[in-house]
Amino acid sequence: MTTETKKYPAGMHPVLPPPSGSVGPVRWMRDNLFSSISNTVLTLLGLYLVYIIVPPFIQWAFIDSVVVGAESRKECLAIMGEDRGACWSFVYRRWGQFVYGFYPVEERWRVNVAFILAAFTIAIVLVEKLRNDKRILIGAILLPVACFFLITGSSLFGLVSVPTNKMGGILLTLIVGLSGIFVSLPISIMLALSRISKLPIFSIFATIFIEFIRGVPLITLLFIASTLLSYFLPPGSNFDLLLRVLIMVTLFSAAYIAEVIRGGLAAIPTGQYEAADALGLSYWQSMRLIILPQALKISIPGIVGSFIGLFKDTTLVVIIGLLDPLGIGMAAISTTEWAGLSTELYVFIGLFFFIFCFSMSRYSLHLEKKLHTGH
Amino acid sequence: MANNNDKPAIIIAGMHKWYGDFHVLRDINIEVKKGERIVVCGPSGSGKSTMIRCINRLEEHQQGTIIVDGIELTNDIKKIDEVRREVGMCFQHFNLFPHLTILENCTLAPIWVRGIPKKEAEEIAMHFLEKVKIPDQAMKYPGQLSGGQQQRVAIARSLCMKPRTILFDEPTSALDPEMIKEVLDVMVELAEEGMTMIVVTHEMGFARKVADRVIFMDAGQIVEENTPAEFFDNPQNERTQLFLSQILH
Ligand SMILES: Nc1ncnc2c1ncn2[C@@H]1O[C@H](COP(=O)(O)OP(=O)(O)OP(=O)(O)O)[C@@H](O)[C@H]1O
Ligand SMILES: [Mg+2]
Repeated sequence: MTTETKKYPAGMHPVLPPPSGSVGPVRWMRDNLFSSISNTVLTLLGLYLVYIIVPPFIQWAFIDSVVVGAESRKECLAIMGEDRGACWSFVYRRWGQFVYGFYPVEERWRVNVAFILAAFTIAIVLVEKLRNDKRILIGAILLPVACFFLITGSSLFGLVSVPTNKMGGILLTLIVGLSGIFVSLPISIMLALSRISKLPIFSIFATIFIEFIRGVPLITLLFIASTLLSYFLPPGSNFDLLLRVLIMVTLFSAAYIAEVIRGGLAAIPTGQYEAADALGLSYWQSMRLIILPQALKISIPGIVGSFIGLFKDTTLVVIIGLLDPLGIGMAAISTTEWAGLSTELYVFIGLFFFIFCFSMSRYSLHLEKKLHTGH
Repeated sequence: MANNNDKPAIIIAGMHKWYGDFHVLRDINIEVKKGERIVVCGPSGSGKSTMIRCINRLEEHQQGTIIVDGIELTNDIKKIDEVRREVGMCFQHFNLFPHLTILENCTLAPIWVRGIPKKEAEEIAMHFLEKVKIPDQAMKYPGQLSGGQQQRVAIARSLCMKPRTILFDEPTSALDPEMIKEVLDVMVELAEEGMTMIVVTHEMGFARKVADRVIFMDAGQIVEENTPAEFFDNPQNERTQLFLSQILH
């Protein structure tokens, strides 16, 4: 040790920078990647795995791939010649179907407008500055209604009505996923509060409902939605299939989220309830202002996990004949032109879901950090 | 209003409470005049907390009557809320709302329960935060404050509702010794201003200084009730004598 330690009078020691070598990237690598022999081996193994996977994938997906110019898999192969890359042409050719399903081509602009409105709605819900303005908040309620009319059509606004069986692809995923997410959250809060309610009617009803839904696979519920419900409904009534699916998906995720929220509620100390009561807050006030903000905050990772699950579960609607992007893609690769392109399809679909789910996951982390108030 | 003034603040008459089969409070009778300061003490588990929590209906009593500011506590939620608006409470563990700032903790109930405009509520809150000597912490969160500061915020939060009575349940027993004084000072000041107070505490110095009456509880009953001077210097009941000998060493 060459550092000379100067003596300072008691209480007069100045603030000094940390000794060199105790901070910075080199130090970080030494601490985190090469701190021991086994750690070094793992680091090198990791680098080797990245080396054997990433460059070939990039070669396949980007460098050797074909996007435009091919009308079929054969033409793809002809263009590529020796280098076998990905044939993205079927995505390019069928882009319209992937996005809109069988929505009439001349009406697709309505879906585009609805996408933009939905993006605004999400921004309002997620960005606190926008949410604080009452007028903008009202927009968040009106915009989804506008989306609904735009997509389904309404003679009131001179929009041709489009039956729901024409909706597919990303449009379908977003309809089911987003309305499922936005509707299931309030329902799940009510279910969680009912379940812990002192009034037996509420708690028994909520418990039976939650346990029933959680005890049955989603596919079964979707089949119930597509077949069994017709027996209960009066004959001749035409209860839209997509709407039934929406209801089932929403209830399914509501039951799961309700349990997550119940866990959050259980973590709130009784002192919080007592302090709220002692101040004279009513039940709903204390729930809304004191208990739920804290319980929901604890539950964020679980709730977002359920949302991600719900979003991915939307692919199950294929089984009852609705065509989400996966359904559209599977239909595409079973045609003679594109037969044999399954890898490309699943990579594409995987990427689509990954982008949405990863964003949700990041937002949840951001929210947790923002809401942390140091306790 | 004038004839209201000679009505007692709190009347507890023939009150009993059970937890299941356990007879936790037996025949409690207390009358508290407006502006009176009562200190309640007694061994652990004697029912002190349970008793004062009955006064704002955090606990339900099963027999007898409790009348607060002329309002009898029954199952009527409206009456309960009316009583809670006029009776503040400070807890052993402060129970501040951790997701709200100090200022928001103080303005929440005035805004939502009393319907006071936000600006005015904030002015009131700052006034009381100054009174408890922590106006500079208004924008912080409870998790960033020391225990003594948190308890003073809790007192300010109660005061913001302009209650007629404040209940304290061992407000200093979760605090480190050096913080006890700062909280007691605030409480002494409140007492000097004529606030009706019921304080469960083992701080005998505080009791001597401000209490009009000391109530000693043991095994769910009021065993002795006297002025502080008589209570400390001339205890009648042998259980009181034993308790005092333990607590005063
Ligand atoms: N919710 C409850 N259910 C059952 N018994 C309880 C409950 N709360 C308190 N008790 C019991 O009632 C008795 C009185 O409790 P209380 O908290 O009022 O005592 P205390 O005098 O405040 O004691 P301490 O000085 O320890 O705070 C104790 O024996 C306790 O175990
Ligand atoms: Mg107690």
